Amino acid sequence: MKNWPLARRKNALHQRARIIQKIRQFFNERGYIEMETPYRIPAPAPESHINAVPSGQWFLHASPELCMKRMLAAGYEKIFQICRCWREGERGSQHIPEFTLLEWYRVRSDYLVLMDECEELIQSLAIEIGLGERVTYRGQRIHLASPWERMTVEEAFRRFTKISAKEALNQDLFDEVMVRDIEPGLGIVNPVILYEYPYERRSLARLKKENPTVAERFELYLGGLEIANAFSELTDVGEQRKVFLSEMETRQSLGREIYPMPEKFLTELEEMPPSAGIALGVDRLVMVLLNATKIDEVVAFTPEEL
Amino acid sequence: MYSASDLRKGLKVAIDNDPYIVTAFEFSKPGKGQALYRTKLKNMITGFTIDRTYREGDTFEPASLEERPMQYLYREGDHYYFMDNQTYEQIIINEDALGDSKNYLIDNLNVKVLMFREKAIGVDLPNFVNLRVIKTEMWVKGDTSKADYKPATVETGYELRIPPFVQEGELITIDTRNGEYSTRVKE
Repeated sequence: MKNWPLARRKNALHQRARIIQKIRQFFNERGYIEMETPYRIPAPAPESHINAVPSGQWFLHASPELCMKRMLAAGYEKIFQICRCWREGERGSQHIPEFTLLEWYRVRSDYLVLMDECEELIQSLAIEIGLGERVTYRGQRIHLASPWERMTVEEAFRRFTKISAKEALNQDLFDEVMVRDIEPGLGIVNPVILYEYPYERRSLARLKKENPTVAERFELYLGGLEIANAFSELTDVGEQRKVFLSEMETRQSLGREIYPMPEKFLTELEEMPPSAGIALGVDRLVMVLLNATKIDEVVAFTPEEL
Repeated sequence: MYSASDLRKGLKVAIDNDPYIVTAFEFSKPGKGQALYRTKLKNMITGFTIDRTYREGDTFEPASLEERPMQYLYREGDHYYFMDNQTYEQIIINEDALGDSKNYLIDNLNVKVLMFREKAIGVDLPNFVNLRVIKTEMWVKGDTSKADYKPATVETGYELRIPPFVQEGELITIDTRNGEYSTRVKE
């Protein structure tokens, strides 16, 4: 019996292959080395709301982040990886529990350099698949020409809501407001880089020297979709351990599994030079470039189809 | 008891003792944030729709509805007539209360009518129903240039997208949970 739902994705999957090839070319031409770090790891990064899929006594990685940073610490200066990652329970029109992530890292750089690189990468991908300087996503025309809009999280709260980011955090409403009131309006006319996340949402980013209430972290949005998350990396071992412990505490309070502390990463982190790193959801980017409303339209098989 | 991860379109839950049906559902997760389950919920009695966002730990009671097996008979304007399989009593449900269910109602279809305090407020359909395609484009066998789905209308007037090889007059199975084409029925 012919699998028609799969057959009709032929064009999308062909374009997807071209996009991935072009991503490789883009980074190869810029002197990045492609890495393949293990998918199966003993200690995933402790993050409050990311659940790793168990694999025997170990886990399938939710991102290659920790291994990639250990490479930076060992002297690799510009690296990238395109790989499968797993996050338990994440399924929706923009989520699939096994997905493709592109990560790239460079030493002696900060997140501003990555903002520029995002612009250049996505512009070159749009040209590659014949779109030029505009993409149409869900009926909206997004203009890709530089410069892209850069908006701090605080500005976004001011523009789209009646409360400040601080108030939202205090009232434990940050995520809800973000999803309901802010994200849908981001990246409609131009792509938007949302940056300077409040301290509480620093994740693995370093704090801004001139204003330590915010972290050097940004997220890229196109057509209301979150495409990428980037940091000026946190290199202070003590700080990093504190962040991990606090994430573990949150996990515990939510009744989630506690992963072993990634000790090897922490030991090697002190050797890591100031660096910047970014994770970009390839499936989501393909969705925007191909004007697909569901992630199902741009992958070969969904879990439900297996 | 349901938890937030059980939420899906069509689920019926009790909120403040009223029955609500989930009419739209989206899983969201802002960068590094927590999983959020965004829903539109329609009050099955008043018809009013509310937006609610739930978190992973949230739980719900199922809507307390009585289900009565009935057969769909016919329609007159906005009124849809059903017959109780046990008492042969006829009841009427309004088009608004039926929502998307009206797309799948063909004569003699067996459904479960949902009763709340002795009032019929909706129907529960089988997961799959067979409906005949009454309008769609022609397809020439062997033409693989068009792998994409094409628009079609079925006998209830419902419009959907179907694979290119399905011809006018053929019977197809539709998944009533998402309204999508499922398979072609060999007759």
